[in-house]
Parts: sequence; structure tokens; C-alpha cells
Amino acid sequence: METTAVRGRLTWQTAAVTSVTRETASVVTLEVNPPAWPGHRAGQHLEVRLTADDGYQAEREYSIASAPGEPLAITVERLDGGEVSPYLTEELRAGDELELRGPIGGYFVWEPGDGGPLMLLAGGSGIVPLRSILRHRHRTGSDVPARLLYSARTLPDVIYHDELSRCHGGVQVAYTLTRGQPPGWASHTGRINQALLAGVAWPAEARPLAYICGPTSFVETAAAALVGLGYPPERVKTERFGATGGH
Amino acid sequence: MSPVSRGFRHLHSAPAGQEDRVPPGQYVTDGFPVLSAGPTPHTPLERWTFSITQGGQTRKSWTWQEFQALPAETITADIHCVTRWSKLGTVWRGVSVDTLLGQVEHDAPYVMAFCDGGYTTNLPIEDITGSQAWVAFGYDGGRLESEHGGPARLLVPHLYFWKSAKWVRGLDLRDHDEPGFWETYGYHMYGDPWKQQRYAGD
Repeated sequence: METTAVRGRLTWQTAAVTSVTRETASVVTLEVNPPAWPGHRAGQHLEVRLTADDGYQAEREYSIASAPGEPLAITVERLDGGEVSPYLTEELRAGDELELRGPIGGYFVWEPGDGGPLMLLAGGSGIVPLRSILRHRHRTGSDVPARLLYSARTLPDVIYHDELSRCHGGVQVAYTLTRGQPPGWASHTGRINQALLAGVAWPAEARPLAYICGPTSFVETAAAALVGLGYPPERVKTERFGATGGH
Repeated sequence: MSPVSRGFRHLHSAPAGQEDRVPPGQYVTDGFPVLSAGPTPHTPLERWTFSITQGGQTRKSWTWQEFQALPAETITADIHCVTRWSKLGTVWRGVSVDTLLGQVEHDAPYVMAFCDGGYTTNLPIEDITGSQAWVAFGYDGGRLESEHGGPARLLVPHLYFWKSAKWVRGLDLRDHDEPGFWETYGYHMYGDPWKQQRYAGD
């Protein structure tokens, strides 16, 4: 694994929420404007801190949804029984304040110079850092070919559907729906497996660079399948979130 | 002064009587989340070794069979992940790092743990000796599953869990402290959960 030193102290800052956009029934995108954001790389995340009126604080990490240079945004999925995500997705309004710090992480990132072709695999809200990568690719005028396979429960659960539908110019988007399809659904169905990926993913001979983000079971299956198709493990970067009920 | 988040309330209390086992900023989970940077490696046991290295030389190496013949201990420990989950009372089976380092004469103050898949993490010798660290191959009465680091992972429960390197294959003795994989990407060099040493500068 190559390493690129990105070190420096992370300090908390108070950001105003400038917009709240509902993406799906359980997902919102929050645009925020911290006063001294140091910038980020596509694929990184940040930490959010909430403070209750009794002084109790809770902190959680969220993937950054925006590309470097765009207004900073995170996309948050409501997890039932969660402490922070129900507040962020249901209570928070434009004009409210949030404490945050970041950026965090330097491995699950992509720069045009990293090349490709890009094989992006998203499970559920795992699309968020991959959307940042796709936007970064577009904004930088990169011509690295990209394929995205996005696994979601149903079509209404697909985050950024309109934006992804407009992807063109070297970006191919495919979906697989695991819990029900609309009439006439022409893309894939069911959970990902090696057979599905064999038909969708770049062949290993193309020397693709893969980014996989989603729940643990999705990432385990997807990463093992790509390795099974001949992708070198060091060309497969993963980001996982466990369903711990804590977010 | 942190702004108060209107309507935000504390929902996740530590289990009664266990409050002092949960470091600040952590919540308790019954699950066992998985976090790693790449595909899960699957090294066949007949090719697995655990090595103590120094300056490019292998000082001592054990095959899986030899490793299994070492005295093993059952360890019960609370573990704390930097992503804020803690899991209390986890039960492991493994070999104490004291047993391993005891077979190599050295005066190194640090080690770099190295793993299948290229992962590394740095640790002071004084944190992995004195019955504080193990190479664990069993979890919860069974073998350690590969997604949790099997066949064997480091177990250093008093530090954030990224220091408990999965798929560990050895310890490289070092005369100075150098950042490992996550430490290079801005995570703390030491990682004390009770001091919330999550990121560089914390």
C-alpha cells in the first residue's frame, strides 16, 4: 500500500447549515460552511459533533459528498435507533449550527493522477464518497473511464438518482436492486456476486482501480469477487460501515 | 463553546454499572463491526508464519503448527474502535507477546507490526509487553474469522483497535517510532482511548 503523508491537527469549528436537501425518505444532504475548511480530497470523511442542552456530546464520522472546491456537503442516512443520524436527517434545518472537523482519512481517495479505469461499487449510502470521486473526475476534466455499480434495496432508495442518470462522457452507471424492482426494470436484480460483477466490472487486464463502499457484507462480497476476477488486492480500496445502530 | 443542538438528546447510555468501562466519546455495541482498507486476505495456514524481524533479518519465526504449540491464554477485554464503538467483555484466545519477544534478545523501544495485505501499525515495546498484548487466533470460543483478522491478529486492548492489527504476520523491532498505515494518514501515533487520541494532535 502506498502512503502519502497527510498530517496536521484537526480542530473543531462551528459551521452553519446552508441547505438541507432530501435525497430519499431516509437520506438528506447537508451543505455546511465551516469558516476555515482546509479543503479535502475526494473520498475523505469528516466528524460531526452534537451537543445536547445538558452538555452531552456525541461525535460521528460521515463521508463527504461534495467534490474538492465545491461547497462542503455530507449525505446522511437515518439509522433507526441511532442517536445522531435521526437528528441530522429529521431535526436539523438550514441556518442551524453544527460542529465539525476534518478532513479525515487519506487512503480511500482518488485524484485524476491515480488513473483508472475506475471501478466503483456502492452499497446503499456507500455511494456518498464515490459521488465525490465522480464529481471530482468531472470537475477536473479527467478522461479516466469509470464504471459504477450501485446496489440499493429499491429504486426509491437510490441516492443521487437524477445526478447519476445524467452521467455520461466516459461514466457508465449500472444498478442492482435487491428488494423489489419497478415494472420493466432492465438493469440488474439481487445482491452482488462474482457472476454479476464478471458482467459489469472492467476486466482485470484493463488494470482497473476499484473503490468499494457499503455495509460490511456488501464490501466483503464485492472485494472478494473482484480479487476472484483477478484484480490485485492493492488495487481494491474498501470503506466499510457496520450496522451498529450507533450512527 | 459548542452550540446546543435543539432537540438533540442522549440516547445511548453505557450499560448500568459499566459506565467506567466506556471511554469518552464511545458508545457500546453488541455487534462486531468490520473496518479495513482492502480485501480480506486468506493466507493458507501451511504458508502462515509469525516472525520477529530486525534490520531486514528474521530473528525468530514460527510456523502455524509451532505457534499453536506455544502456551496460549484466554483473554477477556473491552475493545474500543476509533470510529466510536466499544465492545465490552470480548473473549479471545492467543499467545502473549511476552512469550514471543522473550525468545529474542533485543533492546528495541518500538515495533512495527506487519500484516498480510500490507497493513502496518507502530507500537511502543512497553505497551505490548507486561501482559498487555497478544497474538490472538481464537474469538468467543471459536477460531478467529478472517473478516475479523484471522487466522491471527494482534490484540492490544488498551489502545484504539486499529493498533490491534488484523492478519498480523510479525513484529519488526525498531529503534525509533515511525508511523504505520493509518498513522501516516493522520491518525494518532499512540491512540489512547481514555485520552481520545484519535487523530494527530489530539
